[in-house]
Amino acid sequence: MSLRRRDVVRTLLADRGGLLVVAGLGSTAWDCTAAGDHDLTFPLWGAMGCAAMIGLGLALAQPQRRVLVITGDGEMLMGLGSLATIGVQKPRNLSVVVIDNERYGETGMQETHTAHGVDLAAMARAAGFASGVLLRDAAGAAALRKTVHEAAGPHFAQVKVAAEKVPLVLPPREGALLKNRFRAALLGEGAALE
Amino acid sequence: MKDWPELLFKTLKAAGVRQVGYVPDAGHKRLIELCLADKDIRAVVLSNEAEGMGLAAGAWLGGERAALLMQSSGVGNCINQLGTVRECRFPLLMLVTMRGQKGEFNPWQVPMGQATPEVLRAMGVTVHHVSTAADAAGQVDASLRIAHGSYCAAAVLISQRLIGIKSFQEQANQ
Repeated sequence: MSLRRRDVVRTLLADRGGLLVVAGLGSTAWDCTAAGDHDLTFPLWGAMGCAAMIGLGLALAQPQRRVLVITGDGEMLMGLGSLATIGVQKPRNLSVVVIDNERYGETGMQETHTAHGVDLAAMARAAGFASGVLLRDAAGAAALRKTVHEAAGPHFAQVKVAAEKVPLVLPPREGALLKNRFRAALLGEGAALE
Repeated sequence: MKDWPELLFKTLKAAGVRQVGYVPDAGHKRLIELCLADKDIRAVVLSNEAEGMGLAAGAWLGGERAALLMQSSGVGNCINQLGTVRECRFPLLMLVTMRGQKGEFNPWQVPMGQATPEVLRAMGVTVHHVSTAADAAGQVDASLRIAHGSYCAAAVLISQRLIGIKSFQEQANQ
């Protein structure tokens, strides 16, 4: 039976501790919010193709913290070059997880390239990630949570999930507010005034 | 005054810039070398200038200042992502070496070079021009202050006259 996207994201974000999260636009941002809106989640309402790079900048700035990018297959496809850029920098504290429903979910569920066999995990491995895995079952998702928190990265995982429509659970939408609450939670209240 | 890249580097260092994203460009050759050699700066080679918008946003979320180095042709790759910079009011410094100006030898560089200031302004970026070596470091310092004082993107366009490349042969010999 296919994995369900909300279950996977809830598993990844369980007991998140000091984890810093970047959520790609659309469904994965709503998935992260459904798992619990959090000041240390930066959900994107735009910036398609940029989620992994925001994760890289954050991981380089905060080498003592774990950084997790959760994004969709369509979003990742728009930023494939960033796999090469991350592969060069090799941040040990960064994981990129693609929730892959093989669809553009916000625009009418059109098929993405991954529905036709494009293997994002293999691309990540070829780009120099420490690991790049394709997951299809709940045991894999649970093990991935441990990898995200503990193993030396950068890690990449492509998690195949059912192409389903789930209820919208929206985070705050103002970009400046999302930025300032993230910085205040990470760096202290004064960071918003810096 | 050939040491303007050194002065730009010192300006970035003094302002506490810790991440420098770049797509290589002949005009930024020396500055990239200085950043790569510095132990306190992480120089990140990008495959596309748009990646730099994400890098700088992530750096700032994590408490670090960033700067991006690119050629004017790369500005076109950044336009959509500049919308994110504006919506979130991320401070951002872009140092752009200009092509398509006086002395250009490649006609394919002209359209984006000529459009660069207009498209940056259309996306809300503060734009300043530098045409002499003596003005370069001072303008970069001023633009850094605008970016961080006003939470916005600021671009410094470094003129082709200052970079002075007029032929493929000169570019190859740099």
